[in-house]
Amino acid sequence: MTGVLPITLEESRKIVQALLLSGKEYVCVMKLHGEMEEEKVRKVLEEFQGAIYQRPPLRASVKRKLRTRKIYYTEFLEMEGRNVLFKVGCEGGTYIRKLCFDMGEVLGCGAHMQELRRTRAGPFVEEDTVTLHEVAYYFMQYQERKDGELVKKFVQPMEKALALLPKIYIRDSAVDAVCHGANLTAPGVLSLETGISKGAMVAIFTLKGEAVALAEAAASTQEILNMGHGVVAETRRVLMPRGTYPRCWKSGEI
Amino acid sequence: MSRTVAPWETKRKLIVKAEDKTNPRYGHKPEERPAQEYIKYGVINLDKPAGPTSHEVAAWVKRILKLRHVGHGGTLEAV
Repeated sequence: MTGVLPITLEESRKIVQALLLSGKEYVCVMKLHGEMEEEKVRKVLEEFQGAIYQRPPLRASVKRKLRTRKIYYTEFLEMEGRNVLFKVGCEGGTYIRKLCFDMGEVLGCGAHMQELRRTRAGPFVEEDTVTLHEVAYYFMQYQERKDGELVKKFVQPMEKALALLPKIYIRDSAVDAVCHGANLTAPGVLSLETGISKGAMVAIFTLKGEAVALAEAAASTQEILNMGHGVVAETRRVLMPRGTYPRCWKSGEI
Repeated sequence: MSRTVAPWETKRKLIVKAEDKTNPRYGHKPEERPAQEYIKYGVINLDKPAGPTSHEVAAWVKRILKLRHVGHGGTLEAV
């Protein structure tokens, strides 16, 4: 098993971009190409925390230009001979294979990635994963017994995938306009979370906790709190179908 | 360099700007969606088996659940 892989079903595919950008955590076995003292390995692991430069490997699905990635933390777990077990928390799009290679260069002995397991993808953690067998089993049970509770044994609402994004909760009367692609304006805002900065991705939610849309904040948390009118977030990806909530906006040109 | 705060370690607070209620006639709390809709707006936190690609695994899920669109959130590097 290689770990956490969030699978989006039908409509929830619209939140994939949020997942791709989200941070990841891995447990990795790095194989050193020579003998090395544990102290040195620990030190290099620590040095690779922070912003690092990475050129995507030859076999990569993105353009091979030098880019920076944030390593939130590295944690030495165990070392046995030339095998080093460590944990790494990093920005989405970090190549761990590359990280191992680069650490090997700094160590001087060379190294490669031997094994990798993802323990977190954004809000999804290893402890809550289900296997393909469980998916098949519970789905079959659900079909036989028509018991909706069984579905909850292997599926989570797409809202869960947005758990790490700052949220803005809006009035019922503002929902349908956003569903039609309108930007969110200040009067529609009921509450919001700290840490929103201009240009960052936010999730727009109803008071029932349903995701309405992904949007780009046009102002910070503090600024939005002080706004009486104007756009607070530009709608980027609508998640809720139109007509779920009543239409409360005047029709102009359609 | 030293450890920095990961996104999942960030604590956020909710600040109220205005008070209002939501009408129970419209929408559902996510966990109260009818089963079919729950799946349609759902995500599976899958423990990916080693061997097949992320893409292949997504295709299996699609077949098992008889769905039309299934995707995945980020390829896991193959060893």
